[in-house]
Amino acid sequence: MDRPLNVIVATDCGSTTTKAILIEKVGDTYRQTYRGEAPTTVEAPFEDVTRGVLNAIAEIEELSGRKILDGDQIITPCRDDKTGVDIYISTSSAGGGLQMMVTGVVQNMTGESAQRAALGAGAIVIDVLAANDGRLPHEKIERIRSMRPDMILMAGGTDGGAVTHVVEMAEYVAAAEPRPRFGVTYKLPLIYAGNKEAQPQVRKTLEEKSALVVTDNIRPVLERENLAPARNKIHDLFLEHVMQQAPGYKKLIEMAGAPIMPTPAAVGLIMEAIAKREHLNLIGVDIGGATTDVFSVFDGVFNRTVSANLGMSYSVSNVLAEAGLANIMRWVPFTIDEQTLRNRIKNKMIRPTTIPQTLDELQIEQAIAREALRLALIHHKSLATGLKGVQQERTISDVFEQQASGKSLIDMLKLDLIVGSGGILSHAPRRIQSMLMMVDAYEPMGCTRVSVDSIFMMPHLGVLSTINETAATDVFVRDCMVYLGTCVAPIGQGKDGELFADYQMTMPDGKTISDQLKFGELRLYPLESGQKASIKILPAKGVNMGAGAGVAVTKEVHGGVVGLLLDGRGRPLKLPAEQPARVAALTKWFKAVGLYPTASG
Amino acid sequence: MAHSYTPGLTVTEHTVVHRRRMLPLPGKVLVAVGDRVRSDQVVARAELPGKVFPINLANQLSVTPGEMKGYLTKREGDVVTKDEILAENKPLIKWFKTEIRSPVSGTIESISSVTGQVLLREPPRVLELLAYVDGTITETIPQQGVVVETTCSLVQGIFGIGGETSGDIVMAVHAQDEPLTPNHLTPAMKGKVVVGGSFLSAETMKQAKAVGVAGVVVGGIHDEDLRALLGYDLGVAITGTEQVGFTLILTEGFGTIPMAAKTFKLLSSQAGQKASISGATQIRAGVIRPEIIIPQREGQAKIATQSQREGIRVGDPVRIIRDPMFGRIGEVSALPSELTRISTESEVRVLEVKFADGKTVVIPRTNIEVIEGA
Repeated sequence: MDRPLNVIVATDCGSTTTKAILIEKVGDTYRQTYRGEAPTTVEAPFEDVTRGVLNAIAEIEELSGRKILDGDQIITPCRDDKTGVDIYISTSSAGGGLQMMVTGVVQNMTGESAQRAALGAGAIVIDVLAANDGRLPHEKIERIRSMRPDMILMAGGTDGGAVTHVVEMAEYVAAAEPRPRFGVTYKLPLIYAGNKEAQPQVRKTLEEKSALVVTDNIRPVLERENLAPARNKIHDLFLEHVMQQAPGYKKLIEMAGAPIMPTPAAVGLIMEAIAKREHLNLIGVDIGGATTDVFSVFDGVFNRTVSANLGMSYSVSNVLAEAGLANIMRWVPFTIDEQTLRNRIKNKMIRPTTIPQTLDELQIEQAIAREALRLALIHHKSLATGLKGVQQERTISDVFEQQASGKSLIDMLKLDLIVGSGGILSHAPRRIQSMLMMVDAYEPMGCTRVSVDSIFMMPHLGVLSTINETAATDVFVRDCMVYLGTCVAPIGQGKDGELFADYQMTMPDGKTISDQLKFGELRLYPLESGQKASIKILPAKGVNMGAGAGVAVTKEVHGGVVGLLLDGRGRPLKLPAEQPARVAALTKWFKAVGLYPTASG
Repeated sequence: MAHSYTPGLTVTEHTVVHRRRMLPLPGKVLVAVGDRVRSDQVVARAELPGKVFPINLANQLSVTPGEMKGYLTKREGDVVTKDEILAENKPLIKWFKTEIRSPVSGTIESISSVTGQVLLREPPRVLELLAYVDGTITETIPQQGVVVETTCSLVQGIFGIGGETSGDIVMAVHAQDEPLTPNHLTPAMKGKVVVGGSFLSAETMKQAKAVGVAGVVVGGIHDEDLRALLGYDLGVAITGTEQVGFTLILTEGFGTIPMAAKTFKLLSSQAGQKASISGATQIRAGVIRPEIIIPQREGQAKIATQSQREGIRVGDPVRIIRDPMFGRIGEVSALPSELTRISTESEVRVLEVKFADGKTVVIPRTNIEVIEGA
């Protein structure tokens, strides 16, 4: 049941910045009214996360005229119209978030299930150890010793199955004497969620050497995952052990009126709620300073991955390292020498709170963001899969279709909505920039709606939803979710200027537009938020809109603050290989949609 | 808005620093509060558990794990030497005898009748924690470490690689905008902390290694040269354990950037003095920056207090930390409170910076850092 609250202050302690928002009840509805931010202070020189929180709230105080702080204390509950708040709540990924190591017996079976359980709880998985991971026993032990995770999740074996490999892994963990990242003296939290037959031996091996918690097997039988008990234990231990050790968190926990959630867990709640409420297949992304978190719901199955070190501030250089310079450069609409670009990216890495001051700097950051988004989705696709190792029943009609078990659940043709969140998407000066970053990175196919978190407040609303669903929903609908529009993208390839599809659109005012989309074209039609249009697309020969090559498709499409984007660049998206041709193509596309000030005049 | 907080870099002639020296696991503290210590003095000691060697004895003996115990010649906790027999079978025919010998010297950590594994652990390795700076012990944390206090000059760099070391400061160039070249580095600089100017090339890095300098402090380098030095592309700025032959500290950033005049002047004034340096950098929520600590000799120390900064104020010296004016240094001349639209079309908080030539520019507040310790 909702707690009666009128004024709420919420923070998200990110890896780089701490973001604070004020939510107030205006009449019968809740609205987000003011926001503030400040550098996060969990690490040296302050080593107290609450400094950044108080700084961010102080900004809200100055902007709103409401007195919220009394020294280092948040005034709760409200004393009058202009003093105090009814509750303070927070999420956190500061200090590197929750870093976990997981173990299983077979890497792509129980190892992967353990990984999904940890990722689902909002953790960053720093390594997956398995009996068959190809590493020698002493290498595994050395790895556990050197990684210093916040927590270990051990899985392995189905209930009633063999115990040897599970106990073997427990012996390795015990031998490694794992030490946590924070705190010299406390024991490392360790969750055992494997074969229940092995519980006594695991207890005997690990009870003395770790803060052991035993819970239900995450893979009790081969055909079924049971991730919830392990996930819940991860949340409990995160609050009880890990956060208690992180600098300033004891104080933060006391300040907050509800349990502090890991940021990806809070954003996941919101993403899952949107998909369930509207019966959609969805991909959500939160691109942060340190990580890019991807969420998906396909046919009701929720998945979350956290790509550590793919972010836009202190891990920006890792995007360059993983994507390669050429992949970043392909999105930059001008020529820049490699050395200058490399130095610029490294300078952002060492001064992560800076923002682009010139248009070319903005274009470079948005190019990097496209690659971070793309790489994180590849990572997500590899983990958001059906269960591997499961025998599939096949009918005669499946004989000619080679479908392996563990196929990715992400089907871009079934995708209804993309939701973007995080600084680079939420704070892009023009909304079309957010839309095109996501379209370029994800290459949606057919008709896909795109939206963005208006000012980056999904984590705050995620945690708010656990204490006041109405407030979270009100703010989400009115102030958070901004529908950008719909991307219509036929699948196929062609030569520039060739016919890609004929289309006929019936706009909300009844006007009909009939035209042709040529290959290599990008077109934008205004279609406001809340409006719908009907579009009939007749793809050219060999081009597919989801119903088969050359088969006409009629769809109802939703508008947004950007509008209706007809993407004739083909799928998969191929950019010209030669630099001058690529710059020309990018310039043409960017101009066609008014992406940047110079392009629109 | 009256002020805003942006983290800055400290460059100061007189300050008191406290360095917390912590063991990675519980051990023994060897000094007491009030003791004077030198940078290379051991202040705490711990024993790192030795490496573990698992052997699947049951497999090697071709018996089940449950049967294995009957073949063992050693028990849990026993000390073994390399090649000593751990287990053997007793066949009727001697020729078929199997002896399993220990691959290492150490102790038997565990014997598992479930997996058939025997874990051998090598003897522990002694880990000695050094004081890092010359100073006085002000706090001891039982089993964990100490806090060393020193009155010193302090220069924080922006990025570094390599661990803690020390050496006398040598000025290799005459001006802060002079790049450090191989010719500047002489054999006399072995074991010293060499201060360059605006740039360190790959060639000079090689020379620094050949000479055997303890550290190099310079304005900037090219990322490509860093990659060549490390042998890989650095993805995240978490450093301090690299072993490239010397500790490197950048005071400004990547590119050719003259060292801030204040930094160069301070280091010049301390030439010949011993400095403790660390390249360790960690940039996440907060930051650990590389540092140059130059302890002051007895009697030289002035009373120094370190005030907690509350925010940027008009008159503060600042460095611009983003293109197009990256590396330029000026003074805050105005702090307008309203949001301002910049050329990217973003609406951001800005401030006005006045340069030495009297020109002023408007910069987003997040794109400057205060040169602290002024």
